[in-house]
Amino acid sequence: MSKKVLDLLKEKFGAAITETHAQFGDDTAVVDPASWRAVAFFLRDDSRLSMNMFTDLCGVDFHRQRAEGQPRFEVVCHLRSLQHAHRIRIKSRVGDEEGETVEIDSLVPVWRGADWFERETFDLMGITFKGHPDMRRILMYPEFKGHPLRKDYPANKTQPLIPYREGTQDKLFPFREDEGMSFGRQTFDHRNDRGES
Amino acid sequence: MGNVSNGRGGSSVHVIESGDVGFATTRVDALLNWAKKYSLFQYPYVTACCAMEFMAMASPRFDMARFGAEAPRFSPRQADLLWVVGTISQRQAPALKRIYEQMADPKWVLAFGTCASCGGFYDNYTTLAGIDKVIPCDVYVPGCPPRPEAVIDGLLLLQDKIARGDRTPGIVKPRTDPLVPDGSGLVQIGKKPDLGGDSEA
Repeated sequence: MSKKVLDLLKEKFGAAITETHAQFGDDTAVVDPASWRAVAFFLRDDSRLSMNMFTDLCGVDFHRQRAEGQPRFEVVCHLRSLQHAHRIRIKSRVGDEEGETVEIDSLVPVWRGADWFERETFDLMGITFKGHPDMRRILMYPEFKGHPLRKDYPANKTQPLIPYREGTQDKLFPFREDEGMSFGRQTFDHRNDRGES
Repeated sequence: MGNVSNGRGGSSVHVIESGDVGFATTRVDALLNWAKKYSLFQYPYVTACCAMEFMAMASPRFDMARFGAEAPRFSPRQADLLWVVGTISQRQAPALKRIYEQMADPKWVLAFGTCASCGGFYDNYTTLAGIDKVIPCDVYVPGCPPRPEAVIDGLLLLQDKIARGDRTPGIVKPRTDPLVPDGSGLVQIGKKPDLGGDSEA
């Protein structure tokens, strides 16, 4: 049954489906970003598919792992059909190699439930969804600069809204310069970064 | 003639008995501090999982009402003691500061749990590393979450500080179980915990 969904997609969209794979009962289709919303409408409206449950949408940052010339970001979306009890994951690579002009069509016209997921992805990853009715931050405050889940954002860099009291320092033992969350420091020199702010 | 001791070196209240009526003398500030320490109206600023322990502590089993800290007030203008219970995010810090500024003097702040005290294990872009970055704090109660006994220790410490007029920050020390010898029930950093147990236990 699961193979059928991918076959239908490939039959309908042809070259716009750049890659498919199915493993452990999970089907994945990599979609050309230009056909992102068309694929979504087809998945929802075709009676053989009827993906009426929008499960999840998120972004992935391939800052270090990306291949030459590959877009830096990927949008991942999970869908499910309650009638047919099957599901699919569609993915799309967006933006350029350096992560500029990262945008893709919004899925809110297809599933209303995509609204806050896309806002979250925009907030934390910096992926803009074209046609979204309300493209604002949802978790971080409006004054926040940058997108914290990007791999080049220092994971432990805070942006306080109000100045700290005198005599207090931001990070305490064991979270000072050379301690604490090492995986947050793999991809950047956080000392320089903190010096600037 | 008798003295009522505050347990901290010297008495502040002198009871004089003469004839049929007795009367007592005291200093006004000592009397005020005594009154303040047993009538703490609390404002719970509860944001995270420490709230469960706060509820346990406020409920009859541990019974915070014994210490005069009975009535929670959900308006900062009516409160003396601000309990900061849980993680404070950077986004929340201005709200917390505003709540503190709305409280009328005299006011005290108690940081409940590790997150409120120092940010806990959150070494990230969103967490305030301790409420003392934005508001002054009187008593820190570490623990994730702290045991109700530790919180009661913190409340007693605060009452003691109020009676003495002391505003230097205080930290609740870890307790040792008198039944466990040498404090071996506590896991210490850099020391491998002895899990063998002793034969008497």
